[in-house]
Amino acid sequence: MNDVILQLDSVVKRFNDNEVLRDISLELRRHEVVCLIGASGSGKSTLLRCVNLLDRIDGGEITLFGQSLMDPRIDPKLVRRHIGIVFQSYNLFPHLSVLDNIVLGPVKAQKRKRDEVREEAMVLLERIGLKERANDYPERLSGGQQQRVAIVRSLAMKPAILLLDEVTSALDPTLVGEVLDLLTELAHQGMTMLIATHEMSFARDVAHEVAYLDQGVLVEKGTPAEIFTSPREESTKNFLSRVH
Amino acid sequence: MVGDLYQRSAHQAVKHVTLRNETDAPLSDVPINLFSSRRSRLFVGRRGIVASTISTVLIVAVIVGLLYIPKGGATVRFTFFNPHYLWLSFVGDPSHGIDAIRDGLVTNIWMFLVSEVLVLFFGLLIAWCRISQSPVLFPFRVLATAFTDIFRGIPVLLVVLLVGFGLPQLQFGFISDQSPAVYGVVALTLGYSAYVSEVIRAGIYSVPTGQLHAARSLGLSHPSTMRHVVLPQAIRNVIPPLLNDFISLQKDTALVSVLGAVESVRAAQIFAAADFNESGLVVAAMFFLVLTIPMTRLTDRLVARDRGRRLALIL
Repeated sequence: MNDVILQLDSVVKRFNDNEVLRDISLELRRHEVVCLIGASGSGKSTLLRCVNLLDRIDGGEITLFGQSLMDPRIDPKLVRRHIGIVFQSYNLFPHLSVLDNIVLGPVKAQKRKRDEVREEAMVLLERIGLKERANDYPERLSGGQQQRVAIVRSLAMKPAILLLDEVTSALDPTLVGEVLDLLTELAHQGMTMLIATHEMSFARDVAHEVAYLDQGVLVEKGTPAEIFTSPREESTKNFLSRVH
Repeated sequence: MVGDLYQRSAHQAVKHVTLRNETDAPLSDVPINLFSSRRSRLFVGRRGIVASTISTVLIVAVIVGLLYIPKGGATVRFTFFNPHYLWLSFVGDPSHGIDAIRDGLVTNIWMFLVSEVLVLFFGLLIAWCRISQSPVLFPFRVLATAFTDIFRGIPVLLVVLLVGFGLPQLQFGFISDQSPAVYGVVALTLGYSAYVSEVIRAGIYSVPTGQLHAARSLGLSHPSTMRHVVLPQAIRNVIPPLLNDFISLQKDTALVSVLGAVESVRAAQIFAAADFNESGLVVAAMFFLVLTIPMTRLTDRLVARDRGRRLALIL
């Protein structure tokens, strides 16, 4: 119980009159991987953005390390330094080299020494096999390479939690594998991750828990075996039969 | 109902006729020509160079002809394009106390160089104020909006006149005893900061929101996000329109002549008044061309190079 680092209690998010998240409750433990599945527009991305305080929630509570993020004294910048997020469209900075993309956050936000961060960044780049591309600009890299750099950019901040927002959805099918392999490796190393994804077999392999969202409602959650082989709810069955 | 039916059947009849294959010939028998016409070949490859040369010569001939065919052609050639006076106005005539346009040019150049630096600074500042959402900056936001509204709305010539004749009459220390050229710089900075701030603001809005999200999600503060992520991209996006405004600014240094600052246009006018020859105006015009054409070429090259490989240009 004590190792729950992120907790969502009855989270509600509205855009005008449109309720995009209805009463969502979810827990994320240390070293745990939770996959959010569901159709586009089901609220997966919004949920991640709310956790990272890129969007404000309208009801319920999000607790990180036992501290309520709804507390007005919370500094969003500090929260974001502990929660990394990787976007569907990579969002690398096109005017900075691969290395500078990675170094920017730790140096400017965490005020760490540039040389030290550069060294760490090079180690990370070597791990994903892109050491030689450190001085290239992002636009010269393939989509898969860019997305792996984006993941490394988040990792360089040494986050406690990594949020991944459909990180393979914008990729050429042949490039999806290299990104999922990296995520699988991270999962094996014990990275705590909340992953919105359409890759069902990936979710089945790496997730400790899978949560199915439908129109802003968390319909059901359980182990991958429970969700994928014996879903209880009708809408989950429907969704899974459509994606398989 | 009957009319409706009638119309429909008429329509179908027309359709039937147009759909019928008239020739009944198999497709492969139809001769298909893939060669371009002889006339269009004139504009391709080496022939293209010939064609462009001919058209250039023709156009130049027409323009030169304008100086020879009309009744006043000879007068214009003498008063505007007289080699002797072109040179004399350029180097000046100290024995008659006439300033050289050459010296006036120096005034134009420093006026626009100083103005451009100031305009860039104030343009950024005003754009920053206008896009800020901080409640503390509310009065600055209102001021910045008012500033752009006012100075984009008033002709630059009027700003030059108001500043140049207004500030000296204030009789307020050093503010009131500057040279006309300095007032010119002030006026141009006021007018052009308004334009440039709008250009920069548009550039800032052109940076995709995903970039902002990425920067914020890395825990960067708002100023850091602006400084390291938004502005470098915004400035790159607006380099062409920005240099466009700067070219405009360079030319508008000529307006300061109304304050009596002896820059190139004023020098040309003085020369014209003394020697009854307008060749100085042509010299001044050529000077502005010599300055602005390289600037436009530079703009094109910078943009092309930046597109080729993302290079740090400014900031």
